[in-house]
Amino acid sequence: MRQPRFSRRSILKGTAALGLSTAAARVAAAPAAEAVTPALIEAARKEGKLGWYTVMDLPVAEKMAKAFEAKYSGIAVRVERSGSERNFQRIAQEYASRIYAADVINSADAAHFIVWKRDGWLAPYLPEEVAQHYPAAHRDPDGMFATSRIWLSSLGYNTDLVKREDAPKSFADLLDPKWTGKMVKAHPAYSGTIMTATFQIARDLGWGYFEKLAQQKIMQVQSSTDPPKKLALGERAVMADGNDYNLIQLKEAGRPVEVVYPREGTPLVVGPNGVFKAAPNPNAARLFHGWLLSLEAQQFLVDFTGQHSAHALVKEKPGRTPLSQIKLMQDDPAGVEAQSDAIKARYSQIFRI
Amino acid sequence: MSALISTAVERRPAAIDISRPVLYGFAAVLIVLIVLPMSWLLVYSVTDRTGALTLDNFFRLFSESAFLDPLIATFIIATSSSFFCCAVAAPMGWLVARTDMPVGGVIRVLVTASFVTPPFLGAIAWELLAAPNSGLLNKIFRAVTGAPQEESLFNIYSLGGIIFVVSCYTFPYVFVLVANALDRTPGELEDASSILGGKRWYTARRITIPLVLPALLAGALVAFLQAMTLFGSPAILALPAGFHTMTTKIWSLFQYPPKPELAAAAALPLLLLTIFLLRAEHMILGRRGYSVVGGKYGAPRLIALGRWRWPALALCLVVLLNPVFLPYAALFNAAFAPVASHFLTFSNFTLHNIEFVLFELSATKLALRNTVILGTTTATIGTVLALVIAYVTARKAVPGYRMLGFLATAPIAIPGIVLGVGLFLSYTRPPFILYGTLWILLIAFLTISLPSAYQQLQAAFRNIHPELEDASRILGATRLQALRQITAPLLRTSVIATWCFVFVGVMRELSAAIILFTSETKVISVLIFDLNESGDLGAISVIGIAMLVITFAVVILVNRIPGFGVVGAGRLRT
Repeated sequence: MRQPRFSRRSILKGTAALGLSTAAARVAAAPAAEAVTPALIEAARKEGKLGWYTVMDLPVAEKMAKAFEAKYSGIAVRVERSGSERNFQRIAQEYASRIYAADVINSADAAHFIVWKRDGWLAPYLPEEVAQHYPAAHRDPDGMFATSRIWLSSLGYNTDLVKREDAPKSFADLLDPKWTGKMVKAHPAYSGTIMTATFQIARDLGWGYFEKLAQQKIMQVQSSTDPPKKLALGERAVMADGNDYNLIQLKEAGRPVEVVYPREGTPLVVGPNGVFKAAPNPNAARLFHGWLLSLEAQQFLVDFTGQHSAHALVKEKPGRTPLSQIKLMQDDPAGVEAQSDAIKARYSQIFRI
Repeated sequence: MSALISTAVERRPAAIDISRPVLYGFAAVLIVLIVLPMSWLLVYSVTDRTGALTLDNFFRLFSESAFLDPLIATFIIATSSSFFCCAVAAPMGWLVARTDMPVGGVIRVLVTASFVTPPFLGAIAWELLAAPNSGLLNKIFRAVTGAPQEESLFNIYSLGGIIFVVSCYTFPYVFVLVANALDRTPGELEDASSILGGKRWYTARRITIPLVLPALLAGALVAFLQAMTLFGSPAILALPAGFHTMTTKIWSLFQYPPKPELAAAAALPLLLLTIFLLRAEHMILGRRGYSVVGGKYGAPRLIALGRWRWPALALCLVVLLNPVFLPYAALFNAAFAPVASHFLTFSNFTLHNIEFVLFELSATKLALRNTVILGTTTATIGTVLALVIAYVTARKAVPGYRMLGFLATAPIAIPGIVLGVGLFLSYTRPPFILYGTLWILLIAFLTISLPSAYQQLQAAFRNIHPELEDASRILGATRLQALRQITAPLLRTSVIATWCFVFVGVMRELSAAIILFTSETKVISVLIFDLNESGDLGAISVIGIAMLVITFAVVILVNRIPGFGVVGAGRLRT
């Protein structure tokens, strides 16, 4: 297995990431921003490929990969898509066997980046654009990752099956007996989006909400991308959680679906992207990471999918609800990291699945 | 009598008979294949995280409803599926093999088509057909009857739905076993009964049924074990319905944070149950001899159905609606319709899904390649392995042959997913580090397909009386020569069938692959499962149809290999 070459500085940074150094050293080691140099592109082309472990809706991820390949010809992106929790398990399994196939990692569960950083698995790499245009809250101080996209786990309904005035407006509305057997919901042991959302809902509304929801005979699917698709099929009338951006895409494609941002606040999901230290294609990985966070890619992601960007120059597409007008629940990756195993256990106990 | 001859032949000092070393070699391979992962499972099931001995895993297994409920659900599904498979497959097998029902050959091909369909693909297709609200059949039902939106004719997300879908894709096992047995039943025995005054029904009851009973019993057993160890269909249908089966429960135990010790413990009851069932089958069949293809029997006589010929055919076709026609119609519909639950029309026809799978989905090519490589190598190696073991056990060729037969049958009791973990534990450490390569998948698929390949070939051997081989050996041939010149030509059809069987088995395999795959060793089944979890039904339909085409192409190709696949050549006439 080929290992990326490290400069002395990056090794220092790595030490900082491992938490072995003092706070002073950590400041000293803050990485310098790096521009996309011809040398980097050249080295990336020489590698010719990269593996992107991602959790984005598959058509979106493949579209992003194709856009990158169009810009940097000769570098093939292999998209490895699954749920965040599933990817987390698989990467751990592969690393335990010293298989380093992942170059770039994208997750919907920001808590995973806390773990990977603590374990020293991530490579510090701060693209110039991230240093310039990303607020501090959306980039790791040690340059290990930055926010690649922001979206929500919302409610939604099928407009053929539910009239607008009858549609649920809040989480509390979902507990109405009239929705029994009519809802679809994704799973926190598969999806990072749902893990994040479950944490926030349990924190703000209490586990009692889920205990009551479990009496509603929900249809349990896995990925947070699936409830919107089940609505579009007409298989269920209402979704209890899932990606708002899939609903936006489906609605804009003319499907009979509508997003609902619940009255209590909507769970906020922040999806970071990073490069693995043991990436087999370190240069292509850095090039892709930088490109994904660039204005060009971020604007494409926002326009194409209806997600949001941390990039200061990205403009929201007209006609969509800006993030600022939605009442949000607060995200808390550290909180998720501390409770994630307990959340999975409790969820499967309540929903028996 | 023949046993005496065969013992006498054993004692004859053979000049050069390399059969023993060859046989022991195979035994060694088998032990590594099977005993290694099983040992790790056993070790895991009785230890805790620190490695200390404990029975706590079993205690939890039998005290918590989270484990007991799946156990019960699995038992219900396996028992009912096995029953329905036999109830449907036995009469159908009889109609095809022993009556003058028209186009029996076509029916056989169609049953093959349902066998070739991976159960998880069938489950997804049945979601498209019979999901309570968006299912096409339910939509038709509402359109025809004017029933309100809330009403549905079928709900595939239910225990009944799962039993139905599992039966659809398990009944070919029973059908093939029964039809083959009936094909081989000699007409002379039935003629003798008739000549002695036995009425048609009496003959059937006293001659035909006892002769096929072993096959039917074996079929019931295989169906039970298949249904018990199936992962894909319950994962696709039971989880949305809100309950687990043993396999999905075990799978969920490997999600983060993984609990392999509990999963290993959960697998052991399934293993014990299987051993018990195999023993029971053995006891029921006992020592009855069913060697019917000897040197002196003729072809079976077909029964004239008269005016029931066409209704019989209609019945077969109605049965085949469920595993073949309807699911493929639904997949075809989903492949070209804009939304999988919409009916395809000329105006909404789209190539979007085809484009996506061919040009955007970066995993397609690699997964296809891996699957075809694994399918052909597993089928070739697996058939050879099964052939030798079946021979050894059928002819009792080496001491300890019972053990060999047991080893070859044992993997059927291990859910693929648990075998996957056993292999994972075995081959991620020295001396064999195979995880991340296609080798580990090859081993998994070999192990999984061995029981059915072995049973199929053993049944074939059992039906060929050793007298033919003995004659050859008395005339001076070594055991291997006798095998090559006498037994091999007689077995040709069975061998081809087994090869195809294993190849198709690899295409169908999901449960071990889902544990053992890495990004570069992904196979089609895993890709489809991934796509199902994210709800990309259009892409699944395209890949599923492509998969069927590839499988059929390979099966047809293999059957066309000159001098190799001459169907029907295995029957001797006097």
